[in-house]
Amino acid sequence: MTQVVEKGRERSVVVGKVGLTTNYAVAHAVKDVDVDVVAAYPITPQTTIIERLAEYVANGELDAEFIPVESEHSALSAAVGASAAGARVFTATSAQGLELMHEILHIASGLRLPIVMAVPGRALSAPISIHGDYQDLMNVRDTGWIIYIASTAQEAYDTVIEAFRVAEDPRVLLPVIVSYDGFLMSHTTEPVEVYDVKAVREFTPRRHGARPLLNPERPVTMGALATPDWYYEIKYQAINALKASRSVIDEVDSEFNRRFGRSYGAVEGFMLDDADYILVTYGGAATWNALEAAKEARGRGLRAGVLRIRLFRPFPTNDLVKKLADAKAVAVVDRAIAPGSPVEGPVFKDVYIALREYGVDKPVISVIHGISQRTMYVRDFYELYYKLKDIASTGNVPRESLYMGLR
Amino acid sequence: MGMASGQIKVGIRTIWDVPKEEYFGPGQLTCAGCGPSLAVRHILKAAGPDVIVVNATGCIEVTSTQYPYTAWGVPYIHVAFENAAAVASGIEAAIKALNRKGIANVKAKVIALAGDGGTYDIGMQALSGMLERGHGVLYVLYDNEAYMNTGIQRSGGTPRFAWTTTSPVGSRVRGKVQSKKDIMSIVIAHHIPYAATASIAYPIDLMNKVRRALEVLDEGPAFLHVFAPCPPGWRIDDSKTVEIARLAVETGVFPLFEWDHGRFRLNPPSNMHVDKSKRKPLINYLKPQGRFAHLKEEEIKAMETEVDSYWDYLTRLLKAFG
Amino acid sequence: MSELRSWTQIPIGGYITEPQNSVKNKTGSWRTQRPVIDQDACTRCRICWLYCPEPAILELNKPYVTKGGRKYNLTFEINYDYCKGCGICANECPVKAIKMVPEVV
Repeated sequence: MTQVVEKGRERSVVVGKVGLTTNYAVAHAVKDVDVDVVAAYPITPQTTIIERLAEYVANGELDAEFIPVESEHSALSAAVGASAAGARVFTATSAQGLELMHEILHIASGLRLPIVMAVPGRALSAPISIHGDYQDLMNVRDTGWIIYIASTAQEAYDTVIEAFRVAEDPRVLLPVIVSYDGFLMSHTTEPVEVYDVKAVREFTPRRHGARPLLNPERPVTMGALATPDWYYEIKYQAINALKASRSVIDEVDSEFNRRFGRSYGAVEGFMLDDADYILVTYGGAATWNALEAAKEARGRGLRAGVLRIRLFRPFPTNDLVKKLADAKAVAVVDRAIAPGSPVEGPVFKDVYIALREYGVDKPVISVIHGISQRTMYVRDFYELYYKLKDIASTGNVPRESLYMGLR
Repeated sequence: MGMASGQIKVGIRTIWDVPKEEYFGPGQLTCAGCGPSLAVRHILKAAGPDVIVVNATGCIEVTSTQYPYTAWGVPYIHVAFENAAAVASGIEAAIKALNRKGIANVKAKVIALAGDGGTYDIGMQALSGMLERGHGVLYVLYDNEAYMNTGIQRSGGTPRFAWTTTSPVGSRVRGKVQSKKDIMSIVIAHHIPYAATASIAYPIDLMNKVRRALEVLDEGPAFLHVFAPCPPGWRIDDSKTVEIARLAVETGVFPLFEWDHGRFRLNPPSNMHVDKSKRKPLINYLKPQGRFAHLKEEEIKAMETEVDSYWDYLTRLLKAFG
Repeated sequence: MSELRSWTQIPIGGYITEPQNSVKNKTGSWRTQRPVIDQDACTRCRICWLYCPEPAILELNKPYVTKGGRKYNLTFEINYDYCKGCGICANECPVKAIKMVPEVV
């Protein structure tokens, strides 16, 4: 499904094609990059990642310290400590676990620590739901992390490898979240090409000592108290680093393509060249169902397309605007809700602002769907294309989010 | 490391054995006469330069790292309030992995440092997790018996009847209603190799305990409960910090003891205090402290009963595990 | 006061890379009373040095002969740059050789 660019790849880097759930693909990537410390706490639908990592460590396939912490708050706290001491660190969580980590998310980015975390997205309590959406991820979008949202198991595998390379780049030094659909991806098996470990490790070279670490040889104080005279400057430095990380993210994605023959970009377009009506999506299920709907709509003469956001933070404003500039109407499908906002789709707000920033004025509507894994039928997306057609011809743009699949 | 259940290995015998090197301050912004500041100075003297300190949010943290200045001469990290033990776990694990994999060669031992709020209350879960998992970390609780940094609020470590801003003295409630949590028993219940109490008034005892604790980290965690009075919070004169800390030991309020590989040992002068007549009267400890100024006869009596009953508990521990 | 540098000029993450640079905080200015050591009464027991929380008592290899003719190789002196005037030293001194004297502006 993803754009496979074979150009330049040495086929020898692929050592096999295996059936993996996205969670297992992520664990595989974590093993392939040779992390030193894994600190994690079980929570559905993330748990199978750390189960697999615990197995790798138990079997000696991964030489790492596995810290089975007593909470997600401690999972990220231990990850912060380990990263500050120079280890390559991974953790994973979902939903309530991500919320429990929230305080430390800001600290990890503020302390500029290159931690990588997987987040299979899940609904937030109450009522408690273990099922998938992206409400957890949307609640942490302003914590200063780089955030990718993958759409296939292969992409998640590739993105975790890219994520370590990006995070540890001395020009970046920021933590990275790799998110994807809880259950619909985390627990479903897809074929994944896995790479030669040597090639993966060459791609993610150790840069030990390239940043200040906790070491008596050169004592450094981390986590100091900043007065109003200093807080703003220190914080802005991290904010700027997130903005500036974009060029490194692109560079790493291109190099990944040269080495492994895959590239994803910051946004991924499907049938956009002449598209009048575009659904903006993220994650797996929404994207692939929208694509099916687009194909059907095209079969009936409607010029439909899909734009998937893969890099969520830093937000790919320019790329997105370019792809949407010629559309007649756009719908942003959110699997999350920003309650009480003027319009309640969290990513809709980003897309809308991005277009307005570039002076692109066209009908854009907000669609909420797939909450707690409410089934998103292909026909729902199909209907959306015709709704967009209506909106474009009547100029009658709804002012509120459209809640699809709601009884 | 060799010392199964034997006597404490005395590294520092007299005051002249105390190392001259300073790894903390001066120039930290602690209040005049700060007990915790003195505790940190002594701990680092005993530990030497090959340590990494993880500090929970609290008095020491805010006063020692006001950007762009640090009082620390050793590697230091502060992350948040409730997680010093978790951060320390991560550092310890990182050192293990990096050394084993030949990526680095780090000799440092890890010391987590938190106040009573960061230990008895908000940090309890992370502490228990670290102890249960057996990380080779020395966790130091510096106990000034309230949230002093935020303005003297009661914690699980505040003693009964003590005045604080959230356990005020009124007509219906007279200071803290609840008793001080027995943190040592909680820690010892994790069956770690070494746990001890210490006091800023007995620096040589404290420093030897730091050294002993660092010695056992290859086997698992160690815990030090350091009594460190706070002049503004306890309403005592700045010059009385050490004197009050000494009185806490002499009156039996804060006994000095060790739990070393399952053996319990009272340390001087507390080893004399099983016999109540050898303890100084409790009033000597209470009277100079403004936080106890409101105490009536019967409240002092009640406090004395608590001290006696804790001694009864310690005596039974001594019989069973001494 | 330190120079207020811009965000481009400071180490990443708010790290402080110079150990113990807090010596630039001259906390002695807080003091309302100062300890004064009577070098003739002082027995060089090291207790004031041990109990100073700052530390602001210097142990110097400076010989001193008391009025009574006793020779010492060590001299303890207050470092007034950092002494906050808490008075622990005076309170703990076993021979009462330290007096607290009000600071006069």
